[in-house]
Amino acid sequence: MKDFRFPEDADFGTPAKSGAPVTLTIDGFEITVPDGTSVMRASMEAGIPIPKLCATDSVEAFGSCRLCLVEIEGRRGTPASCTTPVTPGMVVHTQTPKVAKLRRGVMELYISDHPLDCLTCSANGDCELQDMAGVVGLRDVRYDAQDTHFAQRAATGPNPHYIPKDESNPYFTYDPSKCIVCSRCVRACEEVQGTFALTIEGRGFDSRVKAGAGADDFLTSDCVSCGACVQACPTATLREKSVAEIGTPDRSVVTTCAYCGVGCSFKAEMKGDTLVRMVPWKNGKANRGHSCVKGRFAYGYASHSDRILNPMIRDKITDPWREVSWDEALSFAAKRLRGLQDTHDKDSIGVITSSRCTNEETYLVQKLTRAVFGNNNTDTCARVCHSPTGYGLGQTFGTSAGTQDFDSVEHTDVVIVIGANPTDGHPVFASRLKKRLRAGAKLIVIDPRRTDIVRSNHIEAAQHLALRPGTNVAVVTAMAHTIVTEGLADESFIKDRCDWEEFAEYAEFVSDPRHSPEATEVYTGVPAATLRAAARLFATGGNGAIYYGLGVTEHSQGSTTVIGIANLAMLTGNVGRNGVGVNPLRGQNNVQGSCDMGSFPHELPGYRHVKNADTRAIFESAWGVTINPEPGLRIPNMLDEAVQGRFKGLYCQGEDILQSDPDTKHVAAGLAAMDCVIVHDLFLNETANYAHVFLPGSTFLEKDGTFTNAERRINRVRRVMAPKNGYADWQVTQLLANACLKESGSAQWSYSHPSEIMSEIASTTPSFAGVTYDLLEEKGSVQWPCNDDAPDGTPLMHVDGFVRGKGRFIVTEYVATDEKTGPRFPLLLTTGRILSQYNVGAQTRRTANVVWHDQDVLEIHPHDAENRGIKDGDFVKLASRSGETALRAQITDRVSPGVVYTTFHHPDTQANVITTDYSDWATNCPEYKVTAVQVSPSNGPTEWQEEYAEQAAQSRRILPAAE
Amino acid sequence: MSMTFYLPKDASARAMGADAVAAAITKAAPDAKLIRTGTRGMTWLEPLLELELDGTRHGFGPVEPGDIAGILADPQGHPKALGPVTDIPFFKTQTRLTFARVGVIAPTDMAAYGAHGGLTGLRRALSMSAAAMVEEVKASGLRGRGGAGFPTGIKWDTVRLANADQKYIVCNADEGDSGTFADRMLMEGDPFTLIEGMAIAGIATGATKGYVYLRSEYPDAIATMNAAVIAARKGGLLGDLLGSGQQFDMEIRVGAGAYVCGEETSLLNSLEGKRGVVRAKPPLPALEGFMGKPTVVNNVISLASVPTIFANGAAAYADQGLGRSRGTIPVQLAGNVKFGGLFEAGFGMTLGALVNDIAGGTATGRPVKAVQVGGPLGAYFAPHQFDTPFGYEEFDGAGGLIGHAGITIYDDSADMLGMARFAMEFCAVESCGKCTPCRIGAVRGVEMLDRMKSGDPVAQEVLEDLCETMRDGSLCALGGFTPYPVLSALRLFPDDFAARKEAAE
Repeated sequence: MKDFRFPEDADFGTPAKSGAPVTLTIDGFEITVPDGTSVMRASMEAGIPIPKLCATDSVEAFGSCRLCLVEIEGRRGTPASCTTPVTPGMVVHTQTPKVAKLRRGVMELYISDHPLDCLTCSANGDCELQDMAGVVGLRDVRYDAQDTHFAQRAATGPNPHYIPKDESNPYFTYDPSKCIVCSRCVRACEEVQGTFALTIEGRGFDSRVKAGAGADDFLTSDCVSCGACVQACPTATLREKSVAEIGTPDRSVVTTCAYCGVGCSFKAEMKGDTLVRMVPWKNGKANRGHSCVKGRFAYGYASHSDRILNPMIRDKITDPWREVSWDEALSFAAKRLRGLQDTHDKDSIGVITSSRCTNEETYLVQKLTRAVFGNNNTDTCARVCHSPTGYGLGQTFGTSAGTQDFDSVEHTDVVIVIGANPTDGHPVFASRLKKRLRAGAKLIVIDPRRTDIVRSNHIEAAQHLALRPGTNVAVVTAMAHTIVTEGLADESFIKDRCDWEEFAEYAEFVSDPRHSPEATEVYTGVPAATLRAAARLFATGGNGAIYYGLGVTEHSQGSTTVIGIANLAMLTGNVGRNGVGVNPLRGQNNVQGSCDMGSFPHELPGYRHVKNADTRAIFESAWGVTINPEPGLRIPNMLDEAVQGRFKGLYCQGEDILQSDPDTKHVAAGLAAMDCVIVHDLFLNETANYAHVFLPGSTFLEKDGTFTNAERRINRVRRVMAPKNGYADWQVTQLLANACLKESGSAQWSYSHPSEIMSEIASTTPSFAGVTYDLLEEKGSVQWPCNDDAPDGTPLMHVDGFVRGKGRFIVTEYVATDEKTGPRFPLLLTTGRILSQYNVGAQTRRTANVVWHDQDVLEIHPHDAENRGIKDGDFVKLASRSGETALRAQITDRVSPGVVYTTFHHPDTQANVITTDYSDWATNCPEYKVTAVQVSPSNGPTEWQEEYAEQAAQSRRILPAAE
Repeated sequence: MSMTFYLPKDASARAMGADAVAAAITKAAPDAKLIRTGTRGMTWLEPLLELELDGTRHGFGPVEPGDIAGILADPQGHPKALGPVTDIPFFKTQTRLTFARVGVIAPTDMAAYGAHGGLTGLRRALSMSAAAMVEEVKASGLRGRGGAGFPTGIKWDTVRLANADQKYIVCNADEGDSGTFADRMLMEGDPFTLIEGMAIAGIATGATKGYVYLRSEYPDAIATMNAAVIAARKGGLLGDLLGSGQQFDMEIRVGAGAYVCGEETSLLNSLEGKRGVVRAKPPLPALEGFMGKPTVVNNVISLASVPTIFANGAAAYADQGLGRSRGTIPVQLAGNVKFGGLFEAGFGMTLGALVNDIAGGTATGRPVKAVQVGGPLGAYFAPHQFDTPFGYEEFDGAGGLIGHAGITIYDDSADMLGMARFAMEFCAVESCGKCTPCRIGAVRGVEMLDRMKSGDPVAQEVLEDLCETMRDGSLCALGGFTPYPVLSALRLFPDDFAARKEAAE
């Protein structure tokens, strides 16, 4: 018996516990489990499954189905094994005539209220009710049931218990006639997701699962379509529509989600090479079996008809596209690029790496520019999101990454969420945070908007510092002022771990009365008492953790705020153990990885400066080239140089700079000035309107590789189907490199698998030295640094000391942004994202997620709307010094008076027409979060929008393929 | 000469017209003193008016407003004169410990409470250590009067020994069993006794906050309890207890009409504002109860029995009773009964003595066919079982339970198949819906009894299997005890089930 092992993702019925070992006997076998473990789980661990329906190990035991009854020597009756904890020496019998009869009796009741349409049911073969009927040996249902929930008609007319299937959610259905009321969905919604959208309505036989209240269906309820309920459902009651359409999957491959920086592990469940569904993998260390609407359901873009599958070229961007062979496209591109380098200079071309592609692919793209083009003109979209994180944490702690793993949140007591909207941007992490908050941890939110994490079902922030956009540094410094002047700093930590003299200087700086909450209140808008209360709570509330997002970095003082956050953590001794730390919430799936892989113009992989000859020597010897010691161009510089006529060619992989980068008009002008723009993407994105070569990309389902998430975790991406475009993206980059190398007569690249690229990364980059695909296969994932010092990776950073040696306090002087409101532009615009859409929307707009968000809207406070005669749903013109666009208004007090908010998911709105070219002083990260604007009533799209739409339509013409 | 009348303000007396009687007294004798009390528990005599004559309270009942003039004119000679109330046999044979003051004093009169022995228990408790207090309760043999019969002292000890920043005393006053009314009569008649019992429980266990979860169907009890809590705070029975520095306060919380919220774990859910569904045990409420904190959940009568235990000593209480059932039990006689009401006596009286001698048989005068003991989930007993002594183990041994000590009497016209069906129907209506045996089983049970009624020969076996599944498989006593009335009716009165079958054939 003990030789038998369940698969590692088997359902053990109840959650794992961590108490002292307890030994008991189950069916004659001794088993030792942690104290607090249920008899059911202990039995499973002993290899003895116990029948169950209401128990599943993602939620606490409930004890409702009564199938898992066992007999325990010395105890009366037949206790439920799921709710009975083990005790030392307990003797359990899982199968006795008594419990066998009871289980059959319970199953007979279940089946008496269940439609026996198993053969045509979408859960046929994947139904726990069906399995349990077999397990308990049910042979007869003697009830000639009159009262049921599944019959549409009763003897005397329509059956009042019958509720038709709810198909309102685009991805799954709720069929009440198949429901066994085990409450697994309700409990998953509460315990795992934390949304509380589901409940049981009615009582007794009338107990029914209900989304929302009253006339709500799943779509109109609070449901966020995370899929936890569908995952938990043991029957066909909550079921993916894709399974109903395609049938049950027959194989699965574990891979990593390609949306946000949480990096959830999923099982891609397949039938042939058709993806049937994505199921969160319970052993995924980032997500622990949970998912959100994007990763779980929004994969339809991968097979969307908009996908471009053949390479295309054109001489001028005013020409229509021409589909050509890979050879022709690559040689066209290589000739142009080499030609530009010949006629202008070596530095006239460059690359943009993608934060959505794999580490291996990103590594190759920066290698392309450094080893083939011979310059350092590489940048990545982290420029526009988390470049200040790299700078700020590098300066203070010594590493450009978050300090913790996501599990750490389970040990935190006080959380600061600043400039992040985790329930929308990082929903799976938000669910784990909310679970901890419900368990009693305290929350401080620093955000101009009242986001859902401030107050939603069963959670509420202790303090919400609704600051005026652009005043992060002042608020963070005022918190430090409070902590230092009230004597709350953790001086022993600081003495031990930081540079005391730098601290003394910093303490003197923050103690200045001009940094006091009372002094800063005038321009931050945060009441001094609120700020002081937040600072005291953070300094004295136990383990303190800070999570932050782009609301911190995308400012002219983004790097300063990151430094301020690091200061706060050091000041309160909250670095280097579980439950604390500084944690950037990364926007895209591989934004951490793209930074790690040397995408920045000044850094080789592993954040080593190109001016460092030792580092260059490593790569020069590996690549057989000479590396330029001068940093290359950042994206904004590339565009500036292009407008000046000095930058002529760009290979842009998996990023849509026209839509995502600020000041769209400037981006367009830069692109239009280039002679060779190569876009490598799934779709004809907005940037492709200015491209000469389009190289079709592959989705994350179509290639092998690795993504690195926000906790530095290197997760495997596995190919589950062949690339529809013919090549994985790393192969395309290699083909382009080889086409260029052929032009110059140099030796060709010859990678045959991404694992070979990872070997090259490991051999050149110390923090990745121990990473191999074999190790990832064995461990599932590892967090860098992974090397001889940390062969299993590093879940927590700076445990015994900071990577840079002593933690460094740096003064954080608040300097107001130059973007100021005035009579013409009296409001401040801040931007963000929404749960159902992702980034520029290229993927999510091509899925049914549009039912939740089919256009960008402008959130405006009722007071500001009233002043302008704007009603909810009106078209309004949004204008800044840079440009103007029109969109619909949504009147809400989530934003404060004077602040408006929108998202940037839809190209026909183009919020970035509005944003300015102000940027972070240290890293050029654009100031997306603060733009002075005016809002006025409007009749419809602006002239610019109409021209843009016309230009895009012209630009997307594709000539029919030659006969 | 100033006259003093006593007239119950209890809901049962008011239902019988006590308020009109009170109005008549005020009108006819404006100078007379009228004290509204609880009820003596002799329901068939309500409104039972008492007039103090030479220091003795003489009873008149059932009184109508038109009787007042006659009573004033000639008290002793009035046809409804019952003589000294305490000499009425139904009353005289009782041992009133828990209900000692019920019917005697005005419910919220703190001075009267003190004058009749109130606060003595609390005073003694305040002089004892918590451990000694728990020992006192253990020594009294007091067991849970809500029905489960769990030793109260052991429950208190679990809470006392639990380590927590906050503990609670929760009084279960969701008295939903049909035919029971002891909790209501106590709360309406002597609320301070309950409050004192809760305060003592608080001191003994380290709980500083109490709640009474009171069913919404008891508006009079809610009003009385709320008034009593205010009076108790003024009188030192709540807050700083009798100036001792020990703290205990409480609130009255009203239920929302669910029978199952009388089950302690659904009660706690409801009290927390959640759906009233049963929680699996463990964890025991004593360790993780209200708001996840250690909580004593005790029935009204259990808590109200505590002051007398402390006032007169555990031994005096434990002197009463039989076997492991110590002390007194307020038996509630209802249904088709001649002398209905509340009868407090030591455990050990036989069921027959209670039904025939005390209750006087049926109101219709027809022979007793069956009695149901312990509410709608209790087993039926037939006259041949009437020698069963009233005690937890004794009833368990006879295949029944004493529950909350309600006895409902039926004469020989009762249709026992119909009664069995009612039990299943009751379970179906009141099920919280959490566990399968109760949620689906009760509905199927009704269907099976209908099939038996129509003569289906297979139905009985299915019904018996169903009862086994419900009894051993249900999460709480609602589904678990519903088979008691069903199967006992089937076993005791097979003809009631078979007759239909024959008729159909």
